[in-house]
Amino acid sequence: MSTSIDAKLALNRKSGGRVVAAMVIWVVLLFVPFWLPMIGGYTDLATRALIYAIAASGLNLLLGYTGGLSFGHAAYFGLGAYGAGLCLIHIAPSVPLAILGGTVLGGIAGILVGPMAMKRKGIYFAMITIAFGQMFYFIAVRWNSLTGGEDGLTGFSRVPLHIGGEAIKLGPERFYYLVLVLFALVMAIIWQILRSPLGHSFVAVRENTTRLRFLGVAVDKQIWVAFAISTFIVALAGTLNALLTGFASPDNLGWQLSGSFVVICVLGGMRSFWGPFLGAVIFIVAQDYLSSVTQNWMSFIGLIFVLAVLFFPQGLLGFIKGRGR
Amino acid sequence: MESLLLYSVFNGLVVGIFYALMALGLSLILGLNGVINFAHGTFMALGGYIAFTIEPYVGFWGSLIVAPLLTVILGLAVERVLIRPLYGRDPLFSLLLTFGLAMIMEDLIRTIWGAVGRPFVLPGYLNAPLSNTFFFLTGYRVVLILITIVVTGALFAVLRYSRIGIRIRAGNADLETISAMGVNIFFLRAANFGIGIFLAGVAGILAAGQLGLSPSIGSSLIMPSFVAIIVGGVGSLVGSVLGGLIIGIASGITAAFFPVAQEVVIYVIMAIVLVIRPRGLLGQEGLFE
Repeated sequence: MSTSIDAKLALNRKSGGRVVAAMVIWVVLLFVPFWLPMIGGYTDLATRALIYAIAASGLNLLLGYTGGLSFGHAAYFGLGAYGAGLCLIHIAPSVPLAILGGTVLGGIAGILVGPMAMKRKGIYFAMITIAFGQMFYFIAVRWNSLTGGEDGLTGFSRVPLHIGGEAIKLGPERFYYLVLVLFALVMAIIWQILRSPLGHSFVAVRENTTRLRFLGVAVDKQIWVAFAISTFIVALAGTLNALLTGFASPDNLGWQLSGSFVVICVLGGMRSFWGPFLGAVIFIVAQDYLSSVTQNWMSFIGLIFVLAVLFFPQGLLGFIKGRGR
Repeated sequence: MESLLLYSVFNGLVVGIFYALMALGLSLILGLNGVINFAHGTFMALGGYIAFTIEPYVGFWGSLIVAPLLTVILGLAVERVLIRPLYGRDPLFSLLLTFGLAMIMEDLIRTIWGAVGRPFVLPGYLNAPLSNTFFFLTGYRVVLILITIVVTGALFAVLRYSRIGIRIRAGNADLETISAMGVNIFFLRAANFGIGIFLAGVAGILAAGQLGLSPSIGSSLIMPSFVAIIVGGVGSLVGSVLGGLIIGIASGITAAFFPVAQEVVIYVIMAIVLVIRPRGLLGQEGLFE
């Protein structure tokens, strides 16, 4: 009897600790434009970290929670970026429309590719997703007239937001807060999904697909839903990235970025809600630093991959949790 | 018109041979080692660059033998140090590791040999066309096809008749059982990895003579090789060769008549195969799932 009360207390203490940790994260994020320049950073770096955190959190819904090994998610990131740019150039100069347009483009591509990729599972699924990613890459590179080919899509910018007749210019700080709001929204959506029966069924797919099949669950449909949701979220991140940099490049769809998203999830911890966020912060800061000090930064990024796999397979949060146990 | 068609089919066949050799090695490693070797492409590039470096000393034919062996030595070291700890773990990790390895190796190649492409000098007698009507039929291309046939034939003979080949095939079917029967599966997997890398090295030298060398040649050839495996069917080595040739020829024909789509067509074929026949042309049902 007493042990169970102790366990409950421990559980409460633990979840209390989690709430405090989450609050600290949000407060820190809220004041980034104030403290980051003081320690030598710049706001756009934090914005990029948040964008990658959105993408990695979206991917992790599939990768970490449903167990789908997708190595081609940069395709949807890139489609979001190109979609946003094309919306701004050809439809209307409106940031919300660009975000919506790019997200829908990437998400629909994900809905279409999902069933084809899911014809196979496991290691084979990974190969197929890589290959589909390459398909979109070559479409972007070769469809010169629409996409600008190898040079990427340029000629658009963050136009001011119009709210209640007033034009609000999106400077680095305001754009950071826009991204932060969307990040909070995405995290809230993922949190709700994971708490819902749908989210539980995702985890069940990961843990025991065969058993779920025998229980009469349409497993393929579950994976498809996870795949589609994750591509929508990754595409949203892609649109924000295009708005941040002012252009969409074929690299946004490339295999290296796909791999980077996966390693971000592994680095932070695939089984943790905050893991992808933490991984994204580490990865972006490391990338920014390495590319400023060495020409061979690609080797070092590759080294991060290798070391993360060999010594940190549980990720940073998994490591911390493992020690606390 | 007919000549153009013949020309493009032949061009595609030559590229398809590279895809097939790569896919064959990848397939072997995927089968017994259970690893998607993403660094396969950079091992291939390395084979080409090593041949480029040693060719002045040992000649073209010498480099054709020495360079793949040097590549294999490096491959075995990588297998021993980096990949062996990952056997039996989630395939995610070996894929990520070889992913990172590919980035490191490509960067090192760029640092050592430079970012610009290097031409691989062939002996003059190999470069001349064999006939005037079929100008695209150079001696080198004939040699390339012959070498590929010999290498592939030797591989299938080894797998069919030699003791280690029989064990590799048995290991593909049931690794646990042959381990229980006293086969050293660590040695077996290392040997298998070496054979796969050897094929990549050979492909690298042949491709260097045909396409020239650039640091990114590996990553540009590995993606179609994945598609070759998916189209041909996982678990079937013959299927991998067939898949490589099919997508190579399809890409060659498209390059002649609709050049914009020469890369995309490969992936369209993959999508069609996945819809109509998900296990691939010669694949087995339910493998690696």
